[in-house]
Amino acid sequence: MENNNSQRECITGKNIVLVGNPNVGKSVFFNYLTGRYVDVANFPGTTTNVICGRCGDDAITDTPGIYGISSFNEEEKITRDIVLHGDILVNIVDAVHLERDLFLTQQLIDTGLPVVVVLNMMDEAQRQGIKIDLKVLRELLGVPVLSTVAVDGRGMDKLKETICQAKVGRVLPLVAEKLTELPAHIRRSEKLLILEGDQLVAARNGLPPGAYREQIYGARRRWINDVVAMAVKESSRQETWTAVLGRWMIQPITGIPLLALTLWGLYQLVGVFVAQTVVGFTEEILMGEYFEPTARAIVGQLFAPDSTISQILVGHFGVITMTVTYLLGLLFPLVLGFNLVLAVLEDTGYLPRIATLLDRLLMSFGLNGQAVIPLVLGFGCVTMALMSTRLLGTDRERRIATIILALTVPCSAQLAIIATMLAGLGPEFALVYVLIIISVFVMGGTLLNRLIPGQSSSLWIDLPPLRLPRLANVLKKSWNKSFEFIREAAPLFALGALCLGLLEVSGSLEKIENTLVPLTVHWLGLPKEAASGFIMGVIRREFGTAGLFSFPMSDVQKLVALTTITLFVPCIASAMVIYKERGWQEGTAIWLGVIGIAFVIGGLINQLLGFFSSNLSATSPIIMLAGVILLTMVGVLGITVRSER
Amino acid sequence: MTLDKCKRGQRLQITSIPDEVVRAQAIRFGIAEGSVVTCEEVVPAGPVVLSMFKQQIAIGRQLAKSITVLPVN
Repeated sequence: MENNNSQRECITGKNIVLVGNPNVGKSVFFNYLTGRYVDVANFPGTTTNVICGRCGDDAITDTPGIYGISSFNEEEKITRDIVLHGDILVNIVDAVHLERDLFLTQQLIDTGLPVVVVLNMMDEAQRQGIKIDLKVLRELLGVPVLSTVAVDGRGMDKLKETICQAKVGRVLPLVAEKLTELPAHIRRSEKLLILEGDQLVAARNGLPPGAYREQIYGARRRWINDVVAMAVKESSRQETWTAVLGRWMIQPITGIPLLALTLWGLYQLVGVFVAQTVVGFTEEILMGEYFEPTARAIVGQLFAPDSTISQILVGHFGVITMTVTYLLGLLFPLVLGFNLVLAVLEDTGYLPRIATLLDRLLMSFGLNGQAVIPLVLGFGCVTMALMSTRLLGTDRERRIATIILALTVPCSAQLAIIATMLAGLGPEFALVYVLIIISVFVMGGTLLNRLIPGQSSSLWIDLPPLRLPRLANVLKKSWNKSFEFIREAAPLFALGALCLGLLEVSGSLEKIENTLVPLTVHWLGLPKEAASGFIMGVIRREFGTAGLFSFPMSDVQKLVALTTITLFVPCIASAMVIYKERGWQEGTAIWLGVIGIAFVIGGLINQLLGFFSSNLSATSPIIMLAGVILLTMVGVLGITVRSER
Repeated sequence: MTLDKCKRGQRLQITSIPDEVVRAQAIRFGIAEGSVVTCEEVVPAGPVVLSMFKQQIAIGRQLAKSITVLPVN
């Protein structure tokens, strides 16, 4: 503290890295140091992007939440490389979970790089009766320790000053001893990881990976347990209501009703309030009555109303009218509503508990409970969900989740349109539609689990404490995500509308519709205009779904159309992600496979309904169809279970 | 006995974790061979939730079957 004034200069031009376990509040520190807002989530795996910023002349890097730099997953590998290139490591630690968090702290100290420890969430620790002796902790670790409550800014004013005092801490004696076995020219921090058996770092230095991981981890664990025993005093804790609620969430008897209640609430908020009330106002009134007529009037003053350019700009697929109405009138409220719900789910710590509850169920699809995250995200935006499949343990699980997502999960925008259409068809059609999608999901998952070779990984998930989310955080996060989504989707939408507009004015759209008659009219039993719906569906799913209903159809045709478009290809953005994540070969196979399955199933439903109504007119064809679907599902599951034995 | 057989509220000492990677991951959470944990919850046919210190970990049933434990009083 005495050389306070000169300290600002001591870290000039340094590379400062923020490291910590998931949910310790790293992003708040990043935001404080750089002034930039970052997404904050309460679930491991949700922050895979690395974010950099500046604080004066120093570079600040925020890293994904990890439990160690041990290359066990993608986040750890990324963080490891950032840490190895850092000048100062700022380790943020959850004061309530010192036993867990200090393991990483000691690993960082063992790298031999200058470290600062920030004990965050001191308020929560105090509430739980945990007393931490900072002086003892400083002495035992040998590095500066700062205590903070980041969310309300307590202790933050000393952050920069403490970072300046970063120093090399007390390295484990075992590590210090083993380090001498390695050649002197290797960087000190890399030596540690070689000793711990990190294959990549060892290969980089032309050495075989060391065999001391277990020995070092064991010694580190014992040392940290000792540190905690010496520095922490704790009065006994009573079971809180959150602990009881947390237990209810994972037991099927209470957990399934709680999940159902949550989903119902989610549906009421997104499916009813946002999709009907809010979108009704933004799309029909704001866009339909104000924006579109104004846009047409302005364009009408520049170009003749029947001219080609006017058609392209404000016509049926108008680049201006369609893009703006769909993006701002329809999609933005929906995506915002969904992101709001998702942000609440993430910040409360409920998602990992849903993963625990549904682990058994998802195991029959070759997945584990963690796959709940991409599947839930998928109902918001399939593209986002496809990216999050990275958090799954094995390549096999990522493959299964990708295919299921591409095939059966409709995104929020599409879901809203589907819900509106089904409401007009009556309950028996809605039930059959749901039955078809669920049976494709169940049969698809079971078959994929059977056909794709290999074994999936078991669940191993940290259940963070349940917390009440902070409103400002939830609002900021969902707003940022939705804004980003719209910004990315806008050019694609405009491009899609332009392509369709060009096809229409040049007469090509009609030619394509005529070429596809055998598929759309003969096999699917739909009007030939349906072809343009499918073409639009490639650009954006909800585009296609909405497009399918721009011409009159019978109830049966609507059911077939809805089924086909739900199962049909994911939009361009998700197709891109599939290619990026799975490679072009597998990506093409998934893409073509999904289109094929959608048309086969849609066509089969049409043919079956036609067969029932002409041959068995006594019974309702819809009920007959439901029976056939159930029988098929039982048959497929029966064969799969038997062949597994 | 193996971890999947434990009951809620039982205190358990971990005697062996056969998988090397799981062993290394577990030790970072404070679950090492020899450490004592509490069984917080057993989801029927599903994961087992363990707690040590102030944190909880859900462990899939298959993995729990491979971890051996000793009940302690």
